Amino acid sequence: MTFADFLNNPVNFIADWLTGLLTGWGLPDALATILVYVIGITVLIVFAMVLDIGLVWVERKVVARFQDRLGPNRLGPFGLIQPFADIIKLVIKEDITPAGADKVIFNIAPVLAAVSVIALWAILPLSSKIFGVDMNVALLYLVAAGALGTLAIIMAGWSSNNKYALVGAFRMVANMVSYEIPMVVVLLIPTILADTMSVQGITQAQDGLWFAILSPLGFLIFFISAIAELGRTPFDLIEAESELTAGFNVEYSGMKFGWFYASELLHAFTFGGFMAVLFFGGYGGFFGLEKVAGFGWLTNPFIEAAVFIAKAMFGYWAIMWVKYSLPRIRIDHMLAFNWKFLVPLSLVALATPAILHKVLIDLPTWQYALGMFASNVVIASGTIEILRANSRKQRKAEEKLSPQPVKN
Amino acid sequence: MTAEKIIFLLTGALILLSALMVVSTRKLLHAALWLVVTLFGVAVLYAMLQASFLAVVQVVVYIGAIAILFIFAVMLTRREMRDQGQQTRSNWWLPALLGLLILAGLVFLILGVPGADRVPAALPEGFDAVRVLGTALVSPNAYVLPFEVASVLLLAALVGAVYLAGAGKKP
Amino acid sequence: MQNEWIYIGLFLVIGIIVPIVPLVIARFISPHKPNPIKQSTYECGIETVGDSWVQFKAQYYIFALVFLLFDVETVFLFPWALSLNRLPLFVVLEGILFIGILVAGLVYAWRKGMLEWA
Repeated sequence: MTFADFLNNPVNFIADWLTGLLTGWGLPDALATILVYVIGITVLIVFAMVLDIGLVWVERKVVARFQDRLGPNRLGPFGLIQPFADIIKLVIKEDITPAGADKVIFNIAPVLAAVSVIALWAILPLSSKIFGVDMNVALLYLVAAGALGTLAIIMAGWSSNNKYALVGAFRMVANMVSYEIPMVVVLLIPTILADTMSVQGITQAQDGLWFAILSPLGFLIFFISAIAELGRTPFDLIEAESELTAGFNVEYSGMKFGWFYASELLHAFTFGGFMAVLFFGGYGGFFGLEKVAGFGWLTNPFIEAAVFIAKAMFGYWAIMWVKYSLPRIRIDHMLAFNWKFLVPLSLVALATPAILHKVLIDLPTWQYALGMFASNVVIASGTIEILRANSRKQRKAEEKLSPQPVKN
Repeated sequence: MTAEKIIFLLTGALILLSALMVVSTRKLLHAALWLVVTLFGVAVLYAMLQASFLAVVQVVVYIGAIAILFIFAVMLTRREMRDQGQQTRSNWWLPALLGLLILAGLVFLILGVPGADRVPAALPEGFDAVRVLGTALVSPNAYVLPFEVASVLLLAALVGAVYLAGAGKKP
Repeated sequence: MQNEWIYIGLFLVIGIIVPIVPLVIARFISPHKPNPIKQSTYECGIETVGDSWVQFKAQYYIFALVFLLFDVETVFLFPWALSLNRLPLFVVLEGILFIGILVAGLVYAWRKGMLEWA
């Protein structure tokens, strides 16, 4: 075992070493394996939490730039120590439980919200060697974790015994369950293209060609429904500061509020990561560059992890970009947009590549890619035509109703 | 006792306890949340049986959709949220006795099945249950007809739901 | 196969412990001085009127119902998607027929005005 071994496969290296150490102490094999698992998981979750603290700073800095401000810049260089000060403040704040609250559920809800996000890190492939577990049902696991998050929000809203919280929770759940349908439908596209549901398999299937090129529409729909799942603007009806003050977490204070806030940020970053995995090649996807002589170092686990985090950060930034550029939409528009536009479109965007993939798979790669891309362009332009015709019709109907302006 | 058995017993106890709480708790929303715990316990059982797909689908469909539907239904019936009335009838012992009898009968029947105490063999390496399920669902000499009929069933459910929801709207 | 579920189980257990730790720390070091005003329901400083149980639109329930049906449908599609590459073209068409029947349901609900927020 050398240093090179460590560089090539750090997790296995440390795990082997630890297992050897523990069994050397006389522990049974099974127990040693479990202990190594526990240590590995703790390190992974702590890494996620540290990253989360960094995200607080990133979010505040980015929103400041979008709004032409400086953002935190007093504590430490570039205000980097600010999030730590925020955490200390949250921990020492008085924790208020409103009088009519259902105490047990009120306390479980923030923990469940955090768990639903942390659970996603079990399947997030940071690199080909650094990851939690490679399940063959990983994409459904992603949806299942989202279901727990929905439940946490309903529990928070209900147990607060507050009208705003309850209205916020109701809206959030209507939002989340609606946009889950297009999201699950477009999750099927990478499944078909990569012929597997495991995130490692999907990443490796994109070594030569990103799925975002084969199915740009799928990516777009996933992006929109991910924002909706996160409850971020323009789908932030749960919070809707101007009408509900803070929505489902209005009665929360101190660290309990802190968990809702932290899990929202980590959730956004994690979805950025899944966008990278599903459509942009995850930690890999160098278009075959790693096979060229002199570029072999690209497959080093640490380089891969850095590439993955960079891609995930970019996805997170794109989500923020949307958040700080768009206004909030009305609930009827939100639901109509989903059920009358996104769901039908996602079903078409699924059916077309399913057929084309089957028909074109034997052709050379560039013809296959071109065919897939062209089909997406055709669907997109067709959709735009339908929308245009529809709005023209609506405008006509409005014009007929409203009185004509008098000409002088 | 193996670790697997201990986990199974703990999960079983959790399922039974939460199921009991579903019927005995006074707040309707608590009942719905206990039901979520029960359903989650069933998902754990599926995971222990190496049925990954079923385990995840259990969480997605039952917790993510059906429990949410229940909670919505409970929340829409606002006055009944805090029911103060009598929860049991005077002859509650009769169904309880009947339930115990049925349980005893079931246990007796299951113990009679040869090989009921056998541990299931581990799946062969590289066996992808989801793929096998998918192939079975769409190949014509397996379950393609039930697969298509399932969509018709879902359609019927949707039409029924739409009809019922629309019934109150009519003048 | 089972190993991965042991891993997920451990992950969930530790994932539950990690958020609880700061909450417990906060409980010990944060002040705790409750009073009725502080604990009253927050409604922007205005006194609460009536029950928190405001009546909700039944429309939420309808959307949850439609969601449930589509959720079950998409779950059926995952095994189909995994078997596509192994089986002939008509398998794709079977799946699309399956989707088509459900789309008919969506169109029906749409026509009946169930998707309106009115």
